[in-house]
Amino acid sequence: MQRFVLRRLAQSVVLLFVLALIIFALARVSGNPADLLLREDATQEDRAHFLHALGLDRPVHEQLYLFLGGLLRGDLGESIRYRKPAAEVFFERLPNTLQLLPLAMVGALVIAIPLGVLAAVYRGTMVDRISSAIAVVGIATPSFWLGIVLIYVFSIKLSLLPSSRMGGPSHYVLPAITLGLFLVAGMMRLVRSSLLEVMDSEFVKLARLKGLSQTVVIWKHCLRNALIPVTTLFGVYFALLITGAIVTETVFAWPGVGRLTYEAVIFRDYPLLQAVILLKAIIVLGVNLGVDILYAYLDPRVRYA
Amino acid sequence: MARVEERIDAGFVASTAPDEAGPRPRGDLARLPWISFVIIAVMVFVAVLAPLIAPHSPTEQSLPDKLRPPAWEDGGSAKHLLGTDVLGRDVLSRLIYGARVSLIVAAVALLAGGGIGLIVGIVSGYLGGRVDSFLMRVVDATLTFPTILIALLLAVSLGQGLQTIAIAITVLIWARFARVVRGEVLAVKARDFVALARVHGCSHLRIMTVHIVPNVLNTFMVLLTLHIGFVIIVEASLSFLGAGIPPPTPSWGQMVADGRSHIASAWWLSVVPGAAIMLVVLAFNLFGDWLRDWLDPRLRQV
Repeated sequence: MQRFVLRRLAQSVVLLFVLALIIFALARVSGNPADLLLREDATQEDRAHFLHALGLDRPVHEQLYLFLGGLLRGDLGESIRYRKPAAEVFFERLPNTLQLLPLAMVGALVIAIPLGVLAAVYRGTMVDRISSAIAVVGIATPSFWLGIVLIYVFSIKLSLLPSSRMGGPSHYVLPAITLGLFLVAGMMRLVRSSLLEVMDSEFVKLARLKGLSQTVVIWKHCLRNALIPVTTLFGVYFALLITGAIVTETVFAWPGVGRLTYEAVIFRDYPLLQAVILLKAIIVLGVNLGVDILYAYLDPRVRYA
Repeated sequence: MARVEERIDAGFVASTAPDEAGPRPRGDLARLPWISFVIIAVMVFVAVLAPLIAPHSPTEQSLPDKLRPPAWEDGGSAKHLLGTDVLGRDVLSRLIYGARVSLIVAAVALLAGGGIGLIVGIVSGYLGGRVDSFLMRVVDATLTFPTILIALLLAVSLGQGLQTIAIAITVLIWARFARVVRGEVLAVKARDFVALARVHGCSHLRIMTVHIVPNVLNTFMVLLTLHIGFVIIVEASLSFLGAGIPPPTPSWGQMVADGRSHIASAWWLSVVPGAAIMLVVLAFNLFGDWLRDWLDPRLRQV
């Protein structure tokens, strides 16, 4: 177990290191990093001073050393737009995103599980076809567009729900739906296929032989086992939501880290963007690591896989 | 006893009937999804012949004509079938030229990303051993990592453009190809003709290129088709986020983004290009599903 944890931890650290190298390299292949890291109205003197202060006038290997040293001390550079440490800006916004993610996740599960179960139980019938049609259309729908259409229908035409920014509970509805639907199609197919597999197993036949009703067999005996693959994919879903939040928060002007990513792109705030990417990567890798360790703890087979 | 068996049968009708995995009719021309095929054909046709078909220039501005609604709405005219945007540009013409951008980006990115994935998959699967475990570790890392962030980083550091977005999407998709192709190669490698070729004195390079490649080509084609829709959505999302093809070149994602702030007064600006994305992606996905059933039914699990 200890070895498993250490190995996974080492993998994550290596991955982060590679990412840091990519960020370091990209800032330099694109020409002068001063153009990316400085404000546009910077004078020639500012530039020289800046280059020297960051050590950009030194050989590349020394620059890399300085860059990685900064990262280890938690110094991710200063945002051009906000004029304060990029990491600080990120952590100010993070809670807003963390409020949205669980809602989207729960919403997706609430829709995907019943649809997936119905599709599996009534396989080959109209119910199955309708739910697979929903999945196919869902995959083809760009979530940024879905968000805008929802705003048009529910905020503008029906005046039922607010269209943007944070506020009371009603502000959470449309963003959570838009973000959650992002996951529904994939989850639903997964529930369907894993439920079909479980329904074929011996213990389910036994449950039926005992004379248990269809409802009990499906919802109690089968579903529990069928949901295992869904829960093991939690880390993947989390990563998808973090990236999906970029578009959703942009559409709904939600002041979270997704919107912050968009702002960093639009305003060409390279220091902010590299900080956002590194911090998001740390969070995603951390969650994946946590999920993996938890499963290795619960299910010994995983440790040796 | 009979009653119990009946009940079991009744309960199991749903789960013992042959599913997709069982013997099912192979996709053939009779099962071709005609609607998808027509949508794709129209899109390709329109994209290739854009300058001949588009009623107006996609970039020409005409402020007196700005924000005209589509022809069927009040105030619309046949001159601008799908209305005009804030700068008075014809939405239909921009949509037609936008199809070009979507297809070009998809083609370039798929060839690059798919090509790299194909090479890595073949090398990894054929050589096996340390090379294989190293390459597959890289593939796994790429797949678990939110690669779209790297795409955004590329757009900001390299500057927007076709090249950047193609590189970005390549980074996003190559690993998916590599993993599936590797699986296929493992199966092909175990077959006798590979061993015979080796005995005959073929070099590893020759076996990979002449003997392995043709045998994984079907899988590769199916994967390519199945990823067209995905790539179109990714391109649209990057354009929406201001990291795609730079304006004034019209792209569908950019059009949706531009229309966002006018959604209350001019719904068509966002809704029309978004609907186009959805329709086209849907068509490519259904077409890809059909092609998979036809050429390579085993890929169903992918």
